[in-house]
Amino acid sequence: MKDCLRALASLSLMLACLYSPAVYAEELSFDQTVNALALAKKMKEKERVIAQLAMTSSEKKLQVLTSLQKGTLYYRKSDKRVVFSKLVESQYRINDVLTGEEYGLTEKRKLKKINISNKLRNQLRLIVAKIYLSDKNDERRSRAVKDLINSPDIKTLGIIESALDIEQNSTIKQNLQLASALIRLNGENEAGRLLAIHDLEGSLHKKVISALIALQEKDDEGRYVEPSEKVREAAKKTVASMQGAQEFYRFVENLFFGISLGSVLLLAAVGLAITFGVMGVINMAHGEMIMLGAYTTYVIQQIMPNYIEISLLVAIPSAFIVSGLMGVLIERTVIRHLYGRPLETLLATFGISLVLQQLVRTIFSPLNKSVISPEWLSGSMEVNGLLSLTYNRMYIILFSFLVLLGLVFLLKKTFVGLQMRAVTQNRAMANSMGIRASWVDALTFGLGSGVAGIAGVALSQLTNVGPNLGQAYIIDSFMVVVFGGVGNLFGTFFAAMSLGIANKFIEPVAGAVLGKIIVLIFIVLFIQWRPRGLFAIKGRFVED
Amino acid sequence: MTTNKTSSRSLLAGDVGGKRLLIILLLGSVIFPAFNLMLPESSFFHISTYTLTLVGKYLCLALLALSVDLIWGYCGILSLGHGAFFGLGGYAMGMYLMRQIGDRGVYGNAELPDFMVFLDWHELPWFWLGFDNFGFAMIMVVLVPGVLAFVFGWLAFRSRVTGVYFSIITQALTYALLLAFFRNDMGFGGNNGLTDFKEILGFNLQSDVTRSVLFSCSALALIFCYLLCRWIVDSKLGRVLIGIRDAESRTRFTGYKVEYFKLFVFVLSAVIAGVAGALYVPQVGIINPGEFGPLNSIEIVVWVAIGGRGTLYGAVIGALLVNYAKTYFTGAMPEVWLFMLGGLFVVSTIYLPKGVVGLFQNLQARKENSKIGTITGVGT
Repeated sequence: MKDCLRALASLSLMLACLYSPAVYAEELSFDQTVNALALAKKMKEKERVIAQLAMTSSEKKLQVLTSLQKGTLYYRKSDKRVVFSKLVESQYRINDVLTGEEYGLTEKRKLKKINISNKLRNQLRLIVAKIYLSDKNDERRSRAVKDLINSPDIKTLGIIESALDIEQNSTIKQNLQLASALIRLNGENEAGRLLAIHDLEGSLHKKVISALIALQEKDDEGRYVEPSEKVREAAKKTVASMQGAQEFYRFVENLFFGISLGSVLLLAAVGLAITFGVMGVINMAHGEMIMLGAYTTYVIQQIMPNYIEISLLVAIPSAFIVSGLMGVLIERTVIRHLYGRPLETLLATFGISLVLQQLVRTIFSPLNKSVISPEWLSGSMEVNGLLSLTYNRMYIILFSFLVLLGLVFLLKKTFVGLQMRAVTQNRAMANSMGIRASWVDALTFGLGSGVAGIAGVALSQLTNVGPNLGQAYIIDSFMVVVFGGVGNLFGTFFAAMSLGIANKFIEPVAGAVLGKIIVLIFIVLFIQWRPRGLFAIKGRFVED
Repeated sequence: MTTNKTSSRSLLAGDVGGKRLLIILLLGSVIFPAFNLMLPESSFFHISTYTLTLVGKYLCLALLALSVDLIWGYCGILSLGHGAFFGLGGYAMGMYLMRQIGDRGVYGNAELPDFMVFLDWHELPWFWLGFDNFGFAMIMVVLVPGVLAFVFGWLAFRSRVTGVYFSIITQALTYALLLAFFRNDMGFGGNNGLTDFKEILGFNLQSDVTRSVLFSCSALALIFCYLLCRWIVDSKLGRVLIGIRDAESRTRFTGYKVEYFKLFVFVLSAVIAGVAGALYVPQVGIINPGEFGPLNSIEIVVWVAIGGRGTLYGAVIGALLVNYAKTYFTGAMPEVWLFMLGGLFVVSTIYLPKGVVGLFQNLQARKENSKIGTITGVGT
């Protein structure tokens, strides 16, 4: 009955559309226009209905319009209900536009797509842009402006100019000016184009440089795209002035990537710097301690799926405890028997690493696990058009510095740290002064392993969490420790940063793999020059 | 021939285990191929070609273990990158075998190996020149690992990089090679490596006779290298090496140029590893960058540790035992294998510092002790 009425209403509407375009101008509701969409046959009619739709005040109109743009708006042949559709395998999952009701999977032949012509599509784009630009939400408005910058279109100029008049937010205003200038760059009038170039000066958006360079290009027949000599000159000058800034920001970006890679290396290596550096134990299972930390993060997220935002904060101490306890266990059962036999320790701990890997494989399956990144870690800070710094990298840098500082504080300022250093320097003497060396050993090893676990939490945000996670970092970690000099946290910090930065600066020139090989060869050669690393401890107790 | 025999006899005078091992190897090098070729398949004693190839593979790995024991057991140099030399020897052989394919590849290009045609290369890179010639390839099998070991060792030993530092940079070396050989641009077949070999010196690689000959060659190479190593460690040079192992600084202060001794034995060991690789490749039929994996190199050290370090024959026994166990367990219980291998590492380093060989020696010594004990007990 209801459907019947609705069909009747639509029919009358259609008639209205056909015969008296002026009458319905402001009276149609959202529901009516949507129904009319299914009935409109000619493009002209659709154009009118769409214009009507855009004028209604419904929240849903944007969804309908964008769906129309994407070609996912259909109507059901049987009752002309307009539906959103989503292709699932060979069928469509549809839900009603007006009521939101789910109709479930439907075969394609029962549906009809609401087609639009290219002309209509352009118009839609304008309408959508206009709606977005008048949105109250800053973020949505700013996204719309960015979209306009990325595909400048002369038709949007009017909308942009009118939006400029009312825009309050300064960043969005700037972007709007940029969009307007980019469009005017291809305008008819030479003076207008010159003015546009003038307006673009100082902007560092990627699009600006490519647009200005495009002005100086020739077409296939060897003629300049830009007819005016004056404009070409101005464009050239502006580009030249921008190139310096561009290079500078590229350098800053590389540096940032380098420091963030260095921070990852630092996190991975700092635990090793303690076990290898302070205790002289070559812990080949170090990578697996990192892996355990990463899996701890995964498990924590499984336990508290509703609190992903704080799961990492819970995971950090948990990973420290899990890996740390495992470290103490390994020290008490295996390494204790092997002090003074570094090569044997290496083999035994390597065996442990194989066992741990297989253990994880047996418990969690050999497949990678996905660890979810909380909201506050995603996204990036846009400094300007050329430089954007992602939040997760910034947090990693901050985090690794905090971990390093915490360790330095622990070793230098606390009583436990004092004991650790005493045992490192002279075991027999420390023992005779009443320090339980074996207890300190277990504690130190646990600390190193625990820090590796923390590194695992951080790494779970950057790479895949799988049984081989640790192996990927073990060689790098050793390189960092050996390069920096054993037993020296500052050396480890310096080595991690310089290797990270060097890697990122070589990468664009030589490629990622070759860059890594170059760094490895460099370290091998470097060891010849300084067999004890960059900041070697001097003194008698260094001798084996 | 007779003089050779007498010299080897005197060489093995104090090496009972070695003597037994060599006799078994010598017999094996004849009996295995003979049982494979002469007995019908229905016979109980028939040895299948699969088994023959498998054991031949083990023998190559045993040779590799021998080379590691020579430097680790007798000179205290723990190389965690010996897979690099093995792999390079294998690649040299693989390149020769690649050239032997000629126009029988998938693309039928007589000039270029398949993977180069696939990468759309038009010319053979310079470093492939000469590998058509078997003699040249064999020289490269020895020369490439030897030169790399020489340069690397010269740099490292001269600046007195020792102990774990040396181990770690050898690992970096093999890791760098792994990354390099994974690249297609290197011209060694990228991550697929070299495979699809057809024949060696004109003999079909799939035929039983060729396989048998390769098996015998591996056994003979192992015997020869064993005698060579035994000769070296028993000579005056060997005494110096042991001196370096036990007290490097003291040996240096006595006036020996420690780095030259180390360099010599390191290069020799690398060459033996290269030969092992070259014998390995035609039997397994493939060489790929995986051989350079740091894990592989560490595994070699474990064979030696489990067999018994510093005995030479212990290394051979260790390699055979562990590899047999690996074949068995990865087939029967793949889940358990890594637990086993890991456990073996731990147990052998803590409880078997002298390996399986040491265990038997201990048992024997205890037996003799108890015998003496009973005799003296009767006396009192």
